[in-house]
Amino acid sequence: MVEITPGRAYGFFTDTSVCIGCKACEVACKEWNQLPGNEPVFGDGFDNTGSLDSQNWRHVKFIDNVADETMQAGDGKAWLMMSDVCKHCKHASCLEVCPTGALIRTEFDTVYIQPDVCNGCRDCIAACPYGVIGLDEHSNVAQKCTLCYDRLQGGMEPACAKACPTQSIQFGPVDELRAKASQRLDDLHGQGIAQAQLYGADDSVYGGLNAFFLLMDKPEAYHLPNAANAVLPSRNNARGYLATAVTAVLAVIGGLVALRRRREPVREPVPEPVRKQPEGGE
Amino acid sequence: MTNHWRDIRNADLILINGANPAEAHPVGFQWMLRAKLDRGAKIIHADPRFTRTSAVADTHLRIRTGSDVAYFGGLINYVLQNELYHKDYVQYATNAAFVVKDSYQFKDGLFNGYDPQKRVYDATSWAYETGPDGFAKTDIQNPRSVLNLMREHYRRYTPDMVARITGIPQDQFLQVAKLVGEMGRPDKVMTIVYAVGLTHHTTGVQLIRSGAVLQLLLGNIGRPGGGMNAERGHANIQGNTDHAISWDILPGYLRVPAPGQHNLTDYVTQSASKKLQPTSLNFFGDNYRKFMVSLMKAWYGEKAVSANEYAFDYLPKPASNASWLSIFDQALRGKMEGLMLSGMTATSIGPDSNQVLQALSKLKWLCVMDAFATTSSEFWRAPGVDPKSVQTEVLMLPATHWIEKDGSFTNSGRWAQWKEQVLPPQGEARHDHWILAEVFQRVRDLYQQQDGKFPEPVLALTFPYADPRRPTLDEIAKEINGYDLTTGKRLATFAGLKDDGSTSAGDWIYTGHYPETGNLTKRRDGIQNPAKNDPTGMGFYPGWAWSWPLNRRVLYNRASADAQGRPWDPQRPGIRWDPTAAKWVGDVPDYPPTADPTKPGAPLPFIMTGEGTGRLFSNGVADGPFPEHYEPVESPIDNPLHPSVSATPVAFLYDKAAGRDNRFGTSADYPYVATSYRLTEHEHYITQQVEHLVQLQPEPFVEIPAELAKEKGIKNGDKVRVSSKRGKLEVRAVVTKRLGALQIDGKKVYQIGIPIHWGFVGINTGQHWLANALTPFVGDASSRTPEFKAFLVNLEKM
Repeated sequence: MVEITPGRAYGFFTDTSVCIGCKACEVACKEWNQLPGNEPVFGDGFDNTGSLDSQNWRHVKFIDNVADETMQAGDGKAWLMMSDVCKHCKHASCLEVCPTGALIRTEFDTVYIQPDVCNGCRDCIAACPYGVIGLDEHSNVAQKCTLCYDRLQGGMEPACAKACPTQSIQFGPVDELRAKASQRLDDLHGQGIAQAQLYGADDSVYGGLNAFFLLMDKPEAYHLPNAANAVLPSRNNARGYLATAVTAVLAVIGGLVALRRRREPVREPVPEPVRKQPEGGE
Repeated sequence: MTNHWRDIRNADLILINGANPAEAHPVGFQWMLRAKLDRGAKIIHADPRFTRTSAVADTHLRIRTGSDVAYFGGLINYVLQNELYHKDYVQYATNAAFVVKDSYQFKDGLFNGYDPQKRVYDATSWAYETGPDGFAKTDIQNPRSVLNLMREHYRRYTPDMVARITGIPQDQFLQVAKLVGEMGRPDKVMTIVYAVGLTHHTTGVQLIRSGAVLQLLLGNIGRPGGGMNAERGHANIQGNTDHAISWDILPGYLRVPAPGQHNLTDYVTQSASKKLQPTSLNFFGDNYRKFMVSLMKAWYGEKAVSANEYAFDYLPKPASNASWLSIFDQALRGKMEGLMLSGMTATSIGPDSNQVLQALSKLKWLCVMDAFATTSSEFWRAPGVDPKSVQTEVLMLPATHWIEKDGSFTNSGRWAQWKEQVLPPQGEARHDHWILAEVFQRVRDLYQQQDGKFPEPVLALTFPYADPRRPTLDEIAKEINGYDLTTGKRLATFAGLKDDGSTSAGDWIYTGHYPETGNLTKRRDGIQNPAKNDPTGMGFYPGWAWSWPLNRRVLYNRASADAQGRPWDPQRPGIRWDPTAAKWVGDVPDYPPTADPTKPGAPLPFIMTGEGTGRLFSNGVADGPFPEHYEPVESPIDNPLHPSVSATPVAFLYDKAAGRDNRFGTSADYPYVATSYRLTEHEHYITQQVEHLVQLQPEPFVEIPAELAKEKGIKNGDKVRVSSKRGKLEVRAVVTKRLGALQIDGKKVYQIGIPIHWGFVGINTGQHWLANALTPFVGDASSRTPEFKAFLVNLEKM
């Protein structure tokens, strides 16, 4: 049983090499968090959940690279299964863009949406690079994995980790999980599974992920941004600031030109535009 | 299971056949992963499909469904030919040295003793040569020793023959054989894990026996990390089996009495095993009478006395079997008036569901006890059934769900674990056992009022519950445990059972689970303190719940140690003889606890058999003393071993016997091999009522090999029609390379996968045909378990 102390960073180590795609995490999450789920819809036979969204805070991805062979090694690398979840990024895009302060970092170093503060603006949904967040159509608030904030406050591990039968999802203090992950990676490399790699265990993506992964292929195979592509919305800031400055300069110039023209003689009036502009337009 | 779930972590090699534990037993599967992660064990999964189990296994072998006897037979041959078997173990703990009578013969696919008219063997014709003392002769060098006959029998299972039958290429088979062969070393141990992928065949019993024979040869039965381990299909199916859900046994695996048995002595003589070696303990056979008398005392109490053979006359001696197939065959013949269903839906679970629907239509009444509407309680609105034509009166009795009652579950590892009631019963729901108790009381009242042909068995039955209409499961558990009737105290062990009417036991293998000290299935001394609760470190946790028999965690564990009582592998001891304490230590010994193995005349290791050993050769099965490969009844090829006897010669052919039309197809019309199975997201049919699970798997589908789909122009998600001689399914296709073609005896054979979970009742099921509309109405010769896992179909794009 993990001891849960406010002030310490907690997260998940999701070891995809032992994931068996049972989806107990998906169901346990919905049961605990009282998520009714989406309307049933046929996906591809094994993944009928489709994606993380307001109703699915855990989603097992199935990536089928199985070859048509009479003998092959499974070893967790032919039919990739990965229980995806909010990464609780150290540099969290959602937190950065939230205009209301609904998104906070908790005493467990997790990223949490306060439903009573969220105004449903969807900025966080657009900002999340992992497509984690969805808008609940009934309450009109953004929802995602809370890392079972309520359970942590009660000293209990999150529901998904509790339900996972193979310890593919491990919960604990992030520093301890990183040590475990590093050991597991060494074991797999020792067994000749060279492509096994950690994702988000160091600071190379979004400053480090509190919910990080051991992957059996490169991140792109799981549709995850690699280190080169994992950048925050604020990456646009430099360009944004420059554009603002240029706009400001042009506006000043434009204003000066306009002032000069006021002194010029009035030309023939232009025809009325066809579309009626509301008052105070332009 | 001979062993138990947690014990799988002790294995070096895990063979998984006819099972998909990652999907069907995800919680138990953790122990296979622990073996892999903690000790570098290898997992070899032989299965028609690359499944979620294969995904984390070290090796997946694509095997043709129903051909595992050839696979295990090939491994047996490899182990024998290369002298890789555990010689000391085989000599000490198996019947390898027993000499078989010279009447034994196996020729052109038939064993001796075959009656072609009745399609049965006389199993007593497979016997040992006995001396004047009545004991079996032993001489391992004798050409007719079991070992030598076995070498001869399996010589035909060459890697080439294995490839022709199973589709596993020779080089791949040999890679696996090499790993398996190493497991004959005393310091190595392998487990075999199986499920209904082995049992659901006309050769089901022999499929399992072939694995058990391999394990005996490798010296892996009785050892931690070894054994032959059946994963049971739901939480309490082991408990059901122990308490005689099967048609051929009474509680505790006592045989159902047979016609012609006029008294207890007849019954015991014909049912109990006989002592075949001077030092064989023959515990089961020698105590058979005690267990049976105690059972009848539990049933008939004071009415069971020595003068009336303890009410033996009251027990039915059925002339025909009452297997699942036979019940519906009788209904089809119009010989059944009514049927009560509890805890299952006959419409969905039986083979050839269109024929089952006809059978139900021929009943006068059908009573369904269930927590939800089922495909049986609403069978009259199945696709293809005209409700107007169904005259059957259907009674739906709301029954409680397991979450609404207490009681024990017995898991695959034989652990009986008590659980508490979580919710009070909803609405008018009653427990199934209350419904049955009420029915019984009313039937008894009718007998009392109106008499009847043979009222005594009903009138004399004990019903010793505080409220006879509402027995508690606690009362029933005590009754099962049994009493010393002289003192009125509950017994602590079945060693205390007697055949003089002074003891009772509702199921002797459970005697000791509820002694005077309390209900041991409630114990929970587990991983909260491993040092204290698992003193041997082998994962036995003796203070966790209770496992039958006598809280023993590994069956046959005497064979985990050599003749002198020293563990074959000191790192992984089951039990060992402690000469200082003069007793066996470790697990609860499957042996007299103080029998000194170093003394002459020490009992042989397998105390339950007449031989005193494990049986490589056995006449306890209906279809042959050595497992032999037979084709499924519907097969794309003739048996390469003996084409003239291609399928098992002893499967009972119901339709033929009843004069109904042939319902078996041939590969000319139905060219593809199909197999049915479950998915992890659903539990049989009941979870069609659970929203979160329906969301995970909302619609029926079939899995189709990518190459075949390309030939047919089928894309993922397209609607297809899969049909057999018996029915059809119209569902979506999931196109995948996880299934593919096999070369079977020179022929390209495709396999199609059919998940079973859908029908026409549930929150999102719509009107679907049942998967079992496709499966054949035929079963195993010994168990009559239907052949759900291998049959022929055609496939069309819709």
